[in-house]
Amino acid sequence: MAIADVKEYTHLTAEEVEQLGAELDALRTEIEESRNSKDADYIYKMIRLQRGLATAARITLGVSAYHRRTRLPGAVVGGAMLGVAKILENMEIGHNVMHGQWDWMNDPEVHSSNWEWDTAQPAEQWKHSHNYVHHQFTNVLGYDNDIGYGILRMAREQKWHPVNLGQPLYNAALATLFQWGVALHDLDLEAIRKGEKDPKVMKKQLKQIWQKGRRQAVKDYVVYPALSGPHFMTTVYANAAANVTRNLWSYVIIFCGHFPDGAMHFTEEQIEDETRPEWYLRQMLGSANFEGSEMLHVLSGNLGYQVEHHLFPDLPSNRYGEISVRVRQLCEKYKLPYTTGPLHQQYGQALRTIIKLSLPNRFTSGDREDVMEGQMEVARGRKSAEELGSRRPETGKYAAAAS
Amino acid sequence: MSVKDRLSWDGVRRAGAQLTTPLLPDDYLTLINPLWTTRELRGVIEKVVPETDDTATVVIRPGWGWRYSHQPGQYIGIGLQVGGRFHWRSYSVSTPPKRRGRTLAITVRAMPEGFLSQHLVNGVEPGTVIRLALPSGDFVLPNPPPPKILFLVGGSGVTPVMSMLRTLDRRGTMPDVVMSYSSTTQDRMIFRSELAELNERHDSLTVRERYTDDDGMLVLEDHLDELCPDWRERQVWACGPGPMLDAASEFWDEAGLEDQLHLERFSVNFTGEGGEGGTLTFRSSGKTVEIDGATTVLEGGEQAGVGMPYGCRAGICHTCSVTMIEGKVRDLRNGEEFAEPNGSVQTCVTAPVGDCTFDL
Repeated sequence: MAIADVKEYTHLTAEEVEQLGAELDALRTEIEESRNSKDADYIYKMIRLQRGLATAARITLGVSAYHRRTRLPGAVVGGAMLGVAKILENMEIGHNVMHGQWDWMNDPEVHSSNWEWDTAQPAEQWKHSHNYVHHQFTNVLGYDNDIGYGILRMAREQKWHPVNLGQPLYNAALATLFQWGVALHDLDLEAIRKGEKDPKVMKKQLKQIWQKGRRQAVKDYVVYPALSGPHFMTTVYANAAANVTRNLWSYVIIFCGHFPDGAMHFTEEQIEDETRPEWYLRQMLGSANFEGSEMLHVLSGNLGYQVEHHLFPDLPSNRYGEISVRVRQLCEKYKLPYTTGPLHQQYGQALRTIIKLSLPNRFTSGDREDVMEGQMEVARGRKSAEELGSRRPETGKYAAAAS
Repeated sequence: MSVKDRLSWDGVRRAGAQLTTPLLPDDYLTLINPLWTTRELRGVIEKVVPETDDTATVVIRPGWGWRYSHQPGQYIGIGLQVGGRFHWRSYSVSTPPKRRGRTLAITVRAMPEGFLSQHLVNGVEPGTVIRLALPSGDFVLPNPPPPKILFLVGGSGVTPVMSMLRTLDRRGTMPDVVMSYSSTTQDRMIFRSELAELNERHDSLTVRERYTDDDGMLVLEDHLDELCPDWRERQVWACGPGPMLDAASEFWDEAGLEDQLHLERFSVNFTGEGGEGGTLTFRSSGKTVEIDGATTVLEGGEQAGVGMPYGCRAGICHTCSVTMIEGKVRDLRNGEEFAEPNGSVQTCVTAPVGDCTFDL
């Protein structure tokens, strides 16, 4: 059974939950008040590094293509640099800027209201499907479309369908084409399938996706290859490799955020009259961290601190490391689970769930401690805009018109 | 069509954007030189020249997209990042306008409470990259100038007038000008030697200095007839502290000559009653902030990290106006209340009276 009441599940009294909420609020205020020029320098340095790397990659690819002996090494080195540049842009810069983590600087050039990232998904739609729907309704069955992205069955409470037998295959396809999967995310394919999608909204979203996706594809597969002259295809392959590298990497990082065994699911009873401290508690129980070097954390947009990111989505990512020390202490104090482990273990658990849940529940055993099947079954997908409540301010903003 | 027309700067930029999408070429050019962008107007501080103990002229070299054709008397917006956060203020340009140029200057007095002015006068390093907002304001000198002018200046209110005088000097069109310039002491008088030199050079210019610590304040009723007997025939530009401008406004009103008086309130006088404070909610950005009744909506929004529009920050230019969906605000200048749903609010001079919601 997914969790219907976080208080009951964690054996905390109402007062203890309130107190935990107050301690997390105080931590938030402390970080907010200590943001300073060092934080600003961090994001500016990251942006300069990323743009420098992207420029170097494009130049390497363009120039090396003209000489027989530099063509292959140039394509490998250039493609690798471009892949890293795209990873940095999507993870540590784009995702975090769009959450409003850097809005406090009052810099219109690094602001959630107008940042557009280097991937096919239009920023406006991402801010709705991710900032709002996913961060506010994290891991609530039937609300959070990130539980399997409308393609995979990721909770035992979700109904099994023979189509799910192909899950390992869909998973591989999703990983490879991740940016295009993400691009379609806010469309809510489940709603379209059921014929519940407002055609006007759908048309508008499709137009946005088409325009953004086309610009992205033309850049990587027409314009830059054309600049390589006779070795058009070399650059096409290198750019494709860079995009796929970024796709695989962001897929792995994102699947480690909520699919390892320790990350709990919730039923809609939990979010009825949910208080702010209870929201905090749900974020902590529903997210999973992974451990690694500082370099790994930067390359993953500090999403290895998924718990901290879900507690404070709009605090600067470079602070999540120090916040995690304090959150861990709170977890020990209140005897709460704190899910973490090495990256390969966390991803391994996610992969195991993908494979197991391709079969009906009776053939497999559950790995999550919150699962007791047969007690409930929910449909996949998310609720319509009318069924969702008002949003929490810290998850970041989105324009209502886009959804 | 000539080659030049086809190879317009915009065309090059559009072609470049094919390579840099979703960013602009500017975003990469700034890696080479921080001024090579037109996305946001930028400038670099070239030098800070002390004028008096607490004032300095800040010389700024603007980047791409700047127009040097400001009108004499206008102000510009300056955005400076301190502690990681951009702070914006408006300052009158003290240099004359040019068709082309390399630099412009503002002259700033460090106010005791003025966070940014203190920083500009005492702390800012040459080489600092700042953000700029294009010149605005209608406290300007027409071209050609009127034949008879009276400048009424107090303290650092001299900056826009200095821009006008330098313009008249450079263009060689100095008409009959009387300038009454009050400062507490001789040492604190900005541009004193330059004004003396202009006075020397132009027969038609008369600069009358007044040191108020010794001579007392200029009282228009008592002193103006002696200072400038033909003041009724003159167009007047007055800039200085709030009380001085209030007195001038009243005086020219009484004389029935208010059309001849041009005022620049370079600092807002929050003489009105404060608000009661409350929680500001910014609907589109989903941000909220609780502020007291002395903090303006603009400052509150900036604290909350909302990208607030701003201009002069003195209730003059209306750039900062934002739609208030519901709530009540009070104008800090005169205590007037405003509570019209979906009405437009000047955020830089209003404070909340209870909770307010804004469409931003």
